[in-house]
Amino acid sequence: MMKSKADEEDYWNSSKCNAFTFDDTDDEFSRLKESKKAVSSIGTLMGEDGEDDWEKFSWSGEPVGSISWSVKEMAASNQKTDREPAFPKISTETPPLNKSQSGLSLSSLFKGKGKGGNLQSFSDILGDSSLRLYTPELRKPKSEYKDLVGDWSAEETVQRLQQGKGVSLEKFRSLQDKLLLLDLAVAAHDGNAITAVLIYLKRTLCKEVLFRELESRTTALRHFIHYLTETREQRLLLELLRALGRTEDAALLQYKEYKSITDENKRRDFLKSCLSLPFAAEDAAHVLDHYTLLERQIIIEAADRKAERDGKVEIFQKFPRKASILNMPLITTLYYCCFYHYNEPEGTFSSPVNVRQTFKISEKQYFTTALAARAKLKAWLDVDALFNSRNWLGFTKKKSPLSFQRVVDILQKNSAPTHVLQDYVGLVSDAELRISLAQKHKCHDIVINTYRDMKDRQLLAQYRKKVEQGSAEERKIDELLNNSQIRWKN
Amino acid sequence: MAHSARRDSPELPDLSLLKRLVRDQLIYLLEQQHEVDKLYKVEYKPISSISDQLCFLIRPRIPTVKWICGKLCECRRLPAAFLLPAQFYACEAVLEEQGIFGDVTTDEWAFYLLPLDDDIISLELPEFFRDNFLAGDQRWVRTAGSALHLLHSLFGPFSKVYGIGRCSKMTYESWREQVEEGDQKPRLAEIGNVFLIDRDVDFVTPLCSQVVYEGLVDDIFRIKCGCVEFGTDVTSSEKSIKVMLNSKDKVFNEIRNEHFSNVFGFLSQKARNLQIAYDKRQGMDIKQMKAFVSEELKGLKQEHRLLTLHISASESIMKKKTKQDFQELLKTEHCLLEGFEIRECVSFIEEHINRQVSMIESLRLLCLLSVTENGLLPKDFRSLKAQYLQSYGADHLLTFSNLKQLGLLVEQQPGETLTVMESKVGKLVNDRTAGKLTDAFSSLAKKSNFRALSRKLNLVPKSDEEYDLRVPRDMAYIFSGAYVPLSCKLIEQVLERDGWTGLEEVTRLINGHEFAVTADFKPKSDAQRIILVMFLGGCTFSEISALRFLGKEKGYKFIVVTTAITNSSRLLEALLDNHV
Repeated sequence: MMKSKADEEDYWNSSKCNAFTFDDTDDEFSRLKESKKAVSSIGTLMGEDGEDDWEKFSWSGEPVGSISWSVKEMAASNQKTDREPAFPKISTETPPLNKSQSGLSLSSLFKGKGKGGNLQSFSDILGDSSLRLYTPELRKPKSEYKDLVGDWSAEETVQRLQQGKGVSLEKFRSLQDKLLLLDLAVAAHDGNAITAVLIYLKRTLCKEVLFRELESRTTALRHFIHYLTETREQRLLLELLRALGRTEDAALLQYKEYKSITDENKRRDFLKSCLSLPFAAEDAAHVLDHYTLLERQIIIEAADRKAERDGKVEIFQKFPRKASILNMPLITTLYYCCFYHYNEPEGTFSSPVNVRQTFKISEKQYFTTALAARAKLKAWLDVDALFNSRNWLGFTKKKSPLSFQRVVDILQKNSAPTHVLQDYVGLVSDAELRISLAQKHKCHDIVINTYRDMKDRQLLAQYRKKVEQGSAEERKIDELLNNSQIRWKN
Repeated sequence: MAHSARRDSPELPDLSLLKRLVRDQLIYLLEQQHEVDKLYKVEYKPISSISDQLCFLIRPRIPTVKWICGKLCECRRLPAAFLLPAQFYACEAVLEEQGIFGDVTTDEWAFYLLPLDDDIISLELPEFFRDNFLAGDQRWVRTAGSALHLLHSLFGPFSKVYGIGRCSKMTYESWREQVEEGDQKPRLAEIGNVFLIDRDVDFVTPLCSQVVYEGLVDDIFRIKCGCVEFGTDVTSSEKSIKVMLNSKDKVFNEIRNEHFSNVFGFLSQKARNLQIAYDKRQGMDIKQMKAFVSEELKGLKQEHRLLTLHISASESIMKKKTKQDFQELLKTEHCLLEGFEIRECVSFIEEHINRQVSMIESLRLLCLLSVTENGLLPKDFRSLKAQYLQSYGADHLLTFSNLKQLGLLVEQQPGETLTVMESKVGKLVNDRTAGKLTDAFSSLAKKSNFRALSRKLNLVPKSDEEYDLRVPRDMAYIFSGAYVPLSCKLIEQVLERDGWTGLEEVTRLINGHEFAVTADFKPKSDAQRIILVMFLGGCTFSEISALRFLGKEKGYKFIVVTTAITNSSRLLEALLDNHV
């Protein structure tokens, strides 16, 4: 039962994605009829939305059924003018509403404004639509339509736009009219209507005037920018941003174009041309880094590809490259250099030290990356050296810009053996953390020594059960437990 | 849930009606109007159909329409029909430009609401968030208003509408207009109250890691349309399976709102009970056995199956979370929420970035830091941004620009600069625009107010108190007792106070646009306690869990309507700039 339900759901949810067939058409259709009945029985409660379900109109009213609609609308609106704005029937049951504190009130909602236009009563629509549903002659000749495109006022026009009904904007020719239309659409909060007006304005106003007027109209401006972004009218968008003095946005927009360039050399050249764009100060540095990095990656890639092909460099044979380094982030590049070019002299482009200096990589970041790369190669001596080189006064103590806990974590993720991990777990200064890490990574010596130092006989005795029987660790614990010299605290 | 729920909660109205409505409408459109017999997914791939008429079911997006135009011209098969869940003028303009307007018929499938469960309705508009909040495009406002209108017609009339946020207010107005345009027959209200809330009122909540079962499943496996695909690691077979997750799944229904730490205990208890039920058949005679097989066995088997599934899902969640040091991550989040040890948090985030761990997670932490801390210190901002770009690629320059525009990730502004700038710019323009500018500036500044809000509304319980997650005492349980989600707290407060009175300071900190309207008629009391909460820009499963908890405590029932189910990853992915 669960299954069939799931199937049904599945069908429903994926119906807009997957191909499916109505192979049981009759069944579906009878079900449809059934539920249509159900729907129409609730239809009276649904308001106009229920209606919209069945009627389709294009914006300028040309293709589908818009004519009859316009006629209907005209008739309705004409009717309206000599009719008092009616109270919806709900008001008989519900007394007028109080004003609330915020100054808004539901009462206006039930009173109906005297706007005219679209206040047809529900039964009108219902009767009309059920008729229209089954009448094929929805398409009326264009000429008839033209006569009927009445003189909608700006308000009515916006209202019709909102309702997705056919309407023509051509009659709004003076700048004043156009702007009124725009402001009304903005006031109606309907993005679709705003964009519709903007498209018309874009077509009928010169750029300078349009840009000037949009400057003080934030909402409309944002719609216009979004529209141009979606239609990819890059050039116009750039002009707009520059006209508005938003040069940094324009620069970013231009920079973004690099994504559509796939050839690495062309991409590099494009990035180079971006360097002169008026970015914000810090972004300019990032774009420069981006360019420098790609330039360098191209050089490294060419050399390494050749080295790999020639088969003379051992490391490329042992660890074949999985992908090209082109267009990888900087840190991935650094990792790559630490992996394949660790001991190269500083002067080469691929030397990790050189990369670090060129891009001013922080010590911590460099350390983390080098650690991971060398650990991956199981070059434990290099790993060890990373810690030692920081210490000038004799190599007695290991220092790390990263907490030793994190170091252990990185090493462990690169499957370091216990004897290596042990060295670093031992350096974790917090005893509790050290023990938990040691237990996790099975560094028995550290656990045992820490318990010994804590003089905790009980914990040590408990731990004895966790080590392998007959192992060196077990012997060590036994020795300690039998050692009468230690003053156990318990 | 272990705590005592109020028993007098009203019954929810039946939402399945909505599903039937859209389905029938689609079938009608496809079969009767366009005689479609097969549907294909638009995948930007060649079309392999032999029929001479093509029908596309698409979202009203310009690139999609353009792609289809190209296809049609290519294969010279006209006319075709489009069905758009909302008909946009801009899309028709594309058809006109391409010279195929009139040859192509377009239709609108007014699909507003998809009930995902007994108490969740989704508009399935994930793009709402980016369009509305990032691009400032109000194209979906009317759609949201219509959705509300549809619900009003079916389950209303509403007697109270509360809301907060710019988009909420616009949606409310669009709804009101539509009510005025239409007609309402008197009927008994099933839903009395409505609460509208913008996603940008509360960014903190969706940025937190989810730890309630349903939220975790969504964070890890991604629930789509109430359906989740469990991979091979969960099914421990070669095939992955798709499962519906809703209240019909008895096991899931009992654990979905639980903190994850309780889930294992619950599941093992359930497994024991199941064993006992199975064991009953021992010592049965034939007749009893027959009854057992025909009456109980099927139910037990089903429960068995579900139990197995959720146990393996939980195991898989555990494995994944241990691997990514979930504990440490949560600790950092809690510190950020509390405003405690911020330097440690910054260096945790820095290490997270340095190690190139998940790009989205790093971004999430950065945003959480920014939103809770009123922006990053300029020094931190620069260094973390630079390191982020180094680790994840320079193209995230555009991501940062988006996040800044939305106010999710910003540099701290010294308090004065803002006002000085404001008055300077203010002088340059006329009064009307100056007002708008003040709005814009305060919306920049408003993100700074999390700490103050948290104190005012007591969002972060004192950390020294023990919080027993098995017996949740407030909505904070959904975040391990560390934080009461701001969005849900606002709803609680407004319902309690029956309006915004006494919350003036709070709404000022959020940058207002709050409203409360009341009708004077008294609807039946049950409907009064059914509250429709509409999230514009998405809500998380954790928030839904919190509301369910609140409902149980106070004897309300909540129905959540959301433009889409979201979580931290979806929220941030919507802001990436990775499409060419």
